[in-house]
Amino acid sequence: MTATLAIGTSKGLFLASSDDDRRSWRLSSAHFPGTAVYAVAFDTSRPVPRLLAGIDSSHFGPTVTVSDDYGATWQEPDHAPLAFPGDTGAAVERVWQITPAGPVVWAGTQPSALWRSTDGGLTYELVRGLWDHPHRPDWGAGFGGQAIHTILPHPHDSRKVLVAMSTGGVYRTSDGGETWAPANRGIKAYFLPDPWPEFGQCVHKVARDAADPDSYYAQNHHGVYRTTDGGDSWQSIAATLPADFGFTMVTHPARGGTIWSFPLVSDGRREPVDLRCQVFRSTDAGDTWQAQHQGLPDDPYYPVVLRDAMCTDNATTAGVYFGSRAGDVYASRDEGETWSTVAAHLPDVLCVRAVTSGGVGH
Amino acid sequence: MPVVLVPGALRAEAGGEGRLNVEADGSLRAVLDEIGQRWPRLERRLRDETGVLRRYVNVYVDGEDCRRSGGLDTPVPAAAEIQVLPSVAGG
Repeated sequence: MTATLAIGTSKGLFLASSDDDRRSWRLSSAHFPGTAVYAVAFDTSRPVPRLLAGIDSSHFGPTVTVSDDYGATWQEPDHAPLAFPGDTGAAVERVWQITPAGPVVWAGTQPSALWRSTDGGLTYELVRGLWDHPHRPDWGAGFGGQAIHTILPHPHDSRKVLVAMSTGGVYRTSDGGETWAPANRGIKAYFLPDPWPEFGQCVHKVARDAADPDSYYAQNHHGVYRTTDGGDSWQSIAATLPADFGFTMVTHPARGGTIWSFPLVSDGRREPVDLRCQVFRSTDAGDTWQAQHQGLPDDPYYPVVLRDAMCTDNATTAGVYFGSRAGDVYASRDEGETWSTVAAHLPDVLCVRAVTSGGVGH
Repeated sequence: MPVVLVPGALRAEAGGEGRLNVEADGSLRAVLDEIGQRWPRLERRLRDETGVLRRYVNVYVDGEDCRRSGGLDTPVPAAAEIQVLPSVAGG
């Protein structure tokens, strides 16, 4: 099995490749050196997977560029891939998420907007139904900015899409993006006077269950939740976690109920629990969680794992990957049981995505 | 004919050129509009889609910072030298 791990950092994109079933990795030099890569994706619907990168120069702004040869060459169209229509008066500040889904490539940006491409990710159109939502003036900005960072198209019904934003929370459409409704019932916003608002939550990441497309898992700004009804209601699954803060949430690519996260102590103490570099896995949809740290550093560990800096691949025995703000990247080829180091001393890791010879990670 | 000096970091978006001869004069906006027509990937690295000069891009017209001399309305004489310089910022 061959595998490629794309690692977006604050100063470039690195590609790690493995041809021995994810035992060892070769790391490329930086693509787009000095440029932040907040979003990366593999589109495996094409004969050769297309690599898409949302890059963000602190001086020269954001764009999306694509590669059909695993980064050997990159192409960016002459026209801006994403640009707000003139009547909006808005400008794209950062691309936070790129999500290929069959013939469509979705993108989420700062300011909070959803975009749709039907030409493989070269040209994106603003999804007006969400941009024009009456709630939008009340969506807030977290420390990292105000952005749509999660896009989950329904695997069997192209009219259904669920997105998450910080802040604002979860919204969903069932008519292809024409109309949107908040879906945050049960998710707490402790930082607001009314901690149970219709919207305004700071949902950090949402992931879809592999077996049940109406089940999702959410890491909130305090609180870890599950829904089994497509987002009608959410229930806490944090009871056996050592902490309910964090940014990540990823699901197994094929097995329902198996999920991973990297908990942090709290909003005020953004560091791993017990200063231990450890991942937590649940195989019963969040009812119980178990720590996984064999092969991870034993020394006191302070770095944070950001919302998109954790992923799975789609091998039968799933690979799990994460990178930290200290620039170290770890991989597990056995669903988190054991870990090995892919890279160290990189810039802050912002996102990771993995593709094996069989497909793409989540 | 005004000439635009392109910093090394942006020359790939200008066909590899460090000096661009442009037809437009009159105002910096007209020059950037022409750049947008001829080298669109370069122009959008200087301005966002609302037409605003990006925060950490500095443009000097005959040595004067455009932000102190009229912004995009800064006059550009026919023989002007327009220098694009990234500002000192980063982490």
